[in-house]
Amino acid sequence: MSIDTTPHDQGMKGWLTSESPESRFHAQMVQLYAGWQSLVANRLAFLGFMIIVLLVLVAIFAPLLATHDPSIQNLKATLLPPFTDGHILGTDDSGRDIWSRIIYGSRITLFIVALVAFTAPVFGLLVGTVSGYLGGWVDTVLMRITDIFLAFPRLVLALAFVSALGAGIENAILAISLTAWPPYARIARAETLTIRNSDYIAAIQLQGAGRLRIILGHIWPMCMSSLIVRVTLDMAGIILTAAGLGFLGLGAQPPSPEWGAMISSGRQFIHDHWWIATMPGLAIFIVSLGFNLLGDGLRDILDPKKAQS
Amino acid sequence: MSDAVDTATPKRRGSSVPLLKRLKSLITVLLTVLLTLVGLLFVTFIIGRVMPVDPVLAIVGERASQDIYDAAYKSLGLDKPLLVQFGIFLKQIAQGDFGISNLTARPVSEDIVRVFPATLELATVGTIFGVLFGVPMGVMAAVNEGKWQDQVVRFVGLFGYSMPIFWIGLVGLIIFYGLLDWVGGPGRLDVYYEDVIPVVTGLILVDSLIEGDLDIFWNAFSHIILPASILGYYSLAYISRMTRSFMLEQLSQEYITTARVKGLSERTVIWRHALGNVMIPLITVIALSYANLLEGSVLTEIIFAWPGLGSYLTTALLSADMNAVIGGTVVVGLIFVGLNLLSDFLYKVVDPRAR
Repeated sequence: MSIDTTPHDQGMKGWLTSESPESRFHAQMVQLYAGWQSLVANRLAFLGFMIIVLLVLVAIFAPLLATHDPSIQNLKATLLPPFTDGHILGTDDSGRDIWSRIIYGSRITLFIVALVAFTAPVFGLLVGTVSGYLGGWVDTVLMRITDIFLAFPRLVLALAFVSALGAGIENAILAISLTAWPPYARIARAETLTIRNSDYIAAIQLQGAGRLRIILGHIWPMCMSSLIVRVTLDMAGIILTAAGLGFLGLGAQPPSPEWGAMISSGRQFIHDHWWIATMPGLAIFIVSLGFNLLGDGLRDILDPKKAQS
Repeated sequence: MSDAVDTATPKRRGSSVPLLKRLKSLITVLLTVLLTLVGLLFVTFIIGRVMPVDPVLAIVGERASQDIYDAAYKSLGLDKPLLVQFGIFLKQIAQGDFGISNLTARPVSEDIVRVFPATLELATVGTIFGVLFGVPMGVMAAVNEGKWQDQVVRFVGLFGYSMPIFWIGLVGLIIFYGLLDWVGGPGRLDVYYEDVIPVVTGLILVDSLIEGDLDIFWNAFSHIILPASILGYYSLAYISRMTRSFMLEQLSQEYITTARVKGLSERTVIWRHALGNVMIPLITVIALSYANLLEGSVLTEIIFAWPGLGSYLTTALLSADMNAVIGGTVVVGLIFVGLNLLSDFLYKVVDPRAR
């Protein structure tokens, strides 16, 4: 703790690396900056981060990047190989431009990822923290239910859900979320058990805070870092499951340019026209690799065990 | 090999633990499993009931009169309360009766017995592949922590996690079957070899050896090698990562230092002492990845036209064959729970500290 720090003299960087933050916001910013620097230092994680940023940008600027309309068919130009007549990645069996379809498909992927990332972890967090904090029979019942869902193989359960609810992208998302929450509940419960008896929780209890307030306001924030790592690592799996459902014809329905469905429709032409199925597969691969690299790096950065040594 | 562990804990072999306590823990475990199984069945049952398919219409056809329809409705027990229906469902499953598949017009249980060996064979060869490559890779990464070997292993693993299995299967088929012709194509055997040897175990690799027909063995091998190694790549990624972290933990222990000070060769220290102790948690990991492969084979089976449980389940799903879907899901769930239980059990057998 240096006493005489005049952060503003050193400009933005000095303010961000200041050892004596002046406000809560300042402290948060300092912490965020430190995290950012360790992310940049970890080259692979940064690469993953860049891939995801790229995905978001591509999704936002899809109309500008696409060279053709993704769903307009042109039966005079079917099955064109890459780099012919202005079709960067060629065309599919209906003469649709594959590059443009992949570009627009990024929106669907992002939509799935975002929705699952906001529903499953939140639900898992709720179940896990309530279960861990309340304990007793609530804990037993909730954990039993979690175990049952955990016992189910994910893809099979998702398949069964989708077939019960009907094929479609919303139902696919719902099915994936329903199968994705149990691990989050487990993690949140484990975290809650370690902090439930800490002094600061006792202090808040003495101040008269209710259970809901303690769980939402004081336990949830503590579970965040381990949950974020897990979610990031799971994103790749979610993308792959969604693509798998699309591949089976249970996810996004044609003619929407979902990557898994694109592979499925290109499958019958694969021997003579390899690019139709290969290109969307590459897109899936790159995006899930991005999430995996970032998650792997985040685990290193946020892992308390490693930070101590 | 395990002196270091044993001397640290007091010698308490099975007999010294009170029998009553063991019995109690056994009962608790059994109850837990039973409860999980019933829950699993309940979820499956509900899924089957909310499915947008009319099971009665599937049986009587759409031209049946109202009387016939009502009779079929009653005979299926659909007029009873949901909980009673669930009870009947439980009873049937306990007797191994999953009903008749609409698609194959045979009992679902018979169908599953017929298709399951194919999946088992695929997952087993895949797991062998994963262990054979994953464990040494994990050890290598741990020994060279932070060096290029570690990075390579990490990258190989992340690649495995990121690859859409149905896509890599397709690409693999084009390259290794279509272009290079190194492996057999889709299916378990070439057409002219099918149904030649008698079915004993249902595993063609084993059956052909029993029959002494090496031609068929090699043909089956050429067919299974690509899907199994693609499946195995996933477990390789998982197993190598877990081996690495277990090994890192062991290598920082004092008994390793002791072994080195004693002058043992680095090879003995790593492969005998450290890996010996890693084997215990590794069994759990391998059992889990085995269960995952049984499940993960759904997409692989479709790509490779592999007539296993995964293809059966998917075909049933797409044609709304409810009994088959429920039967398949229950079987996969049971295997999952069973393997989890088995890995817990093995853990306790191998590691006295976990008892």
